[in-house]
Amino acid sequence: MVIPWVGFSLAELVKRANPTSKGKFLAFQTLYDPEQMPGQRNHRLGGGIDYPYVEGLRIDEAVHPLSLLAVGLYGKTLPPQNGAPIRLVVPWKYGFKSIKSIVGIKFVEKQPATTWNLLAPNEYGFYANVNPQVDHPRWSQASERRITDGGIFDRNRIPTLPFNGYADQVADLYRGMNLRKFY
Amino acid sequence: MALAVSRRQLFWLKVLIHTLAASPLFWLYYHAFTDQLGADPVEAVIHFTGIGALNLLLITLLTVPLARQANLPFLLRCRRMLGLYTFVYALSHILNFLLFEVQLDLQLFVQEVLERSYIIVGMLAFLILSALAITSINSLRRKMGHHWQSLHNLIYLVAVLVLIHFYWSLKSDVTEPLVYFFLFVLLMLFRFQKFRGWSKRLFSKSK
Repeated sequence: MVIPWVGFSLAELVKRANPTSKGKFLAFQTLYDPEQMPGQRNHRLGGGIDYPYVEGLRIDEAVHPLSLLAVGLYGKTLPPQNGAPIRLVVPWKYGFKSIKSIVGIKFVEKQPATTWNLLAPNEYGFYANVNPQVDHPRWSQASERRITDGGIFDRNRIPTLPFNGYADQVADLYRGMNLRKFY
Repeated sequence: MALAVSRRQLFWLKVLIHTLAASPLFWLYYHAFTDQLGADPVEAVIHFTGIGALNLLLITLLTVPLARQANLPFLLRCRRMLGLYTFVYALSHILNFLLFEVQLDLQLFVQEVLERSYIIVGMLAFLILSALAITSINSLRRKMGHHWQSLHNLIYLVAVLVLIHFYWSLKSDVTEPLVYFFLFVLLMLFRFQKFRGWSKRLFSKSK
């Protein structure tokens, strides 16, 4: 799905926060409010996930111009289900990296814990870069169905591109890293 | 005293079952083809038919204990159609995957089936279920004699495979497959005598 986000560059926020050299990673946290978000009341209701949801980025990923903090989409204010009032958008990574309804961002020295990695470490890594060559243990990630408005008969299956098509912009961040190991 | 029903009553019972079993499929495809199933209609039709097949499978397995316990022998005459509806939903489940998910990319289809453990298990269940559907024809049933029952006992294996397939396909939260597993165990408890008979025979053979 191609989404026209409304937002600003995360790099701008990092610049204003002016972290020390010890700030090697960013640790994000979602609002924990079971009153507003009933799924958080109970592990079972909330899809088996432990709350609050946490995510992280390496500092160089965070200051990349493609990392956005979004406050809207399609020209409108972000609705609750899309992560109001403010969410992360990292377009070259799998969706679960783009944490919603952020209430905390910390600069930390060590790689922070991330929700899906805690839940299934063999299936979801810290990096989660879109990579058609590395399969999820239970399904291929070589091609995708792009969600369109064409309905059920749309021929919308396309080959998945490395870094979701942003390889020219972001591949340098991971030069020399084994992306099979750091999935 | 067993509750007897007339041919006419049985006919209307079957009409009712046909209506209840088939109408969700018509509802589903009407909404799918008019684009009323949300942002991802493909996922919706796959999940609906998969869960539908599992529901029907458990209902099929309920007929015998219900007929015995509540003394309603005519229910046994509806068992085959329930089993066949299970097959129809399972077939739609796979056709949905082939037509709308992998979009007739046969290479991808074969690759997915062979490489993904949960799909292998599901496909194996479907192949067995297909054999049961084909041999449900009366003339074949008669020809097979006592082999027919041995073959159709594989329905228990199908149920176990389907439960594994469901459990394995989820990203997280296994509450739903666990509930189904619990219901399945409950249905199997009514067949305790049958299973005990099998294990006795197995035991005496191996001696």
